[in-house]
Amino acid sequence: MNTDSRKESTSPSSLRLVLTLAIAGLVSGIAIIGIYESTLPTITANKARELREAVFKVLPGVTQMQPLVYRDSQLVVVEKANKDEPVIYGGYDAQGDFVGYAMPAAGPGFQDTIAILYGYKPEEQIVVGMEVLESRETPGLGDKIYKDAAFVGGFSALSVKPEIVAVKKGTKSLPNEIDAITGATISSKAVVRIINEAHIAWVEQLPAPGSEPPFVLAEPAGNGAGQ
Amino acid sequence: MNKNESYEEFIKGIWRDNPVFVQVLGMCPMLAVTNSAVNAIAMGMATLFVLVGSSFLVSSFRNLIPKQVRISCFIIIIATFVTIADYTLLALVPKVHKELGAFIPLIVANCLILGRQEAFASRYPTRLAVLDALGMASGFMLALFSLGSVREILGDGALFGVKLFGENYEPWVIMILPPGGFLTLGVILLFFNWFKFKKDEFLEDVAAAERSGN
Repeated sequence: MNTDSRKESTSPSSLRLVLTLAIAGLVSGIAIIGIYESTLPTITANKARELREAVFKVLPGVTQMQPLVYRDSQLVVVEKANKDEPVIYGGYDAQGDFVGYAMPAAGPGFQDTIAILYGYKPEEQIVVGMEVLESRETPGLGDKIYKDAAFVGGFSALSVKPEIVAVKKGTKSLPNEIDAITGATISSKAVVRIINEAHIAWVEQLPAPGSEPPFVLAEPAGNGAGQ
Repeated sequence: MNKNESYEEFIKGIWRDNPVFVQVLGMCPMLAVTNSAVNAIAMGMATLFVLVGSSFLVSSFRNLIPKQVRISCFIIIIATFVTIADYTLLALVPKVHKELGAFIPLIVANCLILGRQEAFASRYPTRLAVLDALGMASGFMLALFSLGSVREILGDGALFGVKLFGENYEPWVIMILPPGGFLTLGVILLFFNWFKFKKDEFLEDVAAAERSGN
């Protein structure tokens, strides 16, 4: 009883409590806005650079790229895609001739969504490269989908007809087969499934080989791809 | 005397009151991101930054923050530092940020940090609070690193990504999966308890010997 009344007398007014929290929130908000604003350019630039590097990696011989979206039943060049609109990237060589598509694709892996980018040459109907953009696969096991050079290299000339199949390591015999990683079968199969699903989704929307959209975007407009 | 006291506040977090091995705090990041030594160190650094920063602020403003809203204020301060760490890592070392993923925002919920604010920083002068935070964070990082290196060596045959045992080493895969975290942590906790038990026994023996000597 005694302690209660003493507490009562020393307790600060509600106004002070509210003010303390308000000031703390305000200062914190300003600090967060500050750090967000000051790191945003670097983060956007990092993402755009990563994407460019990935596109050039999955499409050997490519030196220029431009984002493409599917609108009004044809593939068109855009400077900046709308939010939530699926984008693929056209890769062109130094003369501006079309080389292939870099297609972003994502799907469930062993632990979380795996996001990848793969290079596709429509004329030969082959996958020519694969790069993992995002994954939370188990370090030491599932992360071999991007750390194991043999697995990543397996995507350098992989036929998508009728579909890519992951087989036990060392048993690849057909052009559409790829050796899975020992100890990371689920992650390997996930990558293959992601590519197959993306291929099915896009194949109808790609124009006939030879009639791809020409290169129109001057550098460095292709940088605007930060999502 | 003063110097000794400061030293004591720093060193206690590393051994005697180690946040992980003795206080068993911060288990979530402890088990989740210790599957490689690099991740463990990165997590340790991020936690160090947040803990030292918030201890400094909490201790500086300890007389201005009313007791009734202290926890909310601590959380606001901690969350601000975590957000700063999150964006800074994303801008400077995107690769590490990718590896740590959701566990950086989750530093907010690390009870080690809130615990130090409540138990120490809000009651002691700034200098001691910062020393205590440094010690606790170093102890936490040490614990993360010992778990991370053991798990990486056994589970991947490597340390910091450098292969140690050559081609013929068959990795003990379970060690980098979640059960490996529990196993390693269990063994280390067992060692710490055994050590404490032995130390108490030893002190008792000494006391008994002194008594009989008298």
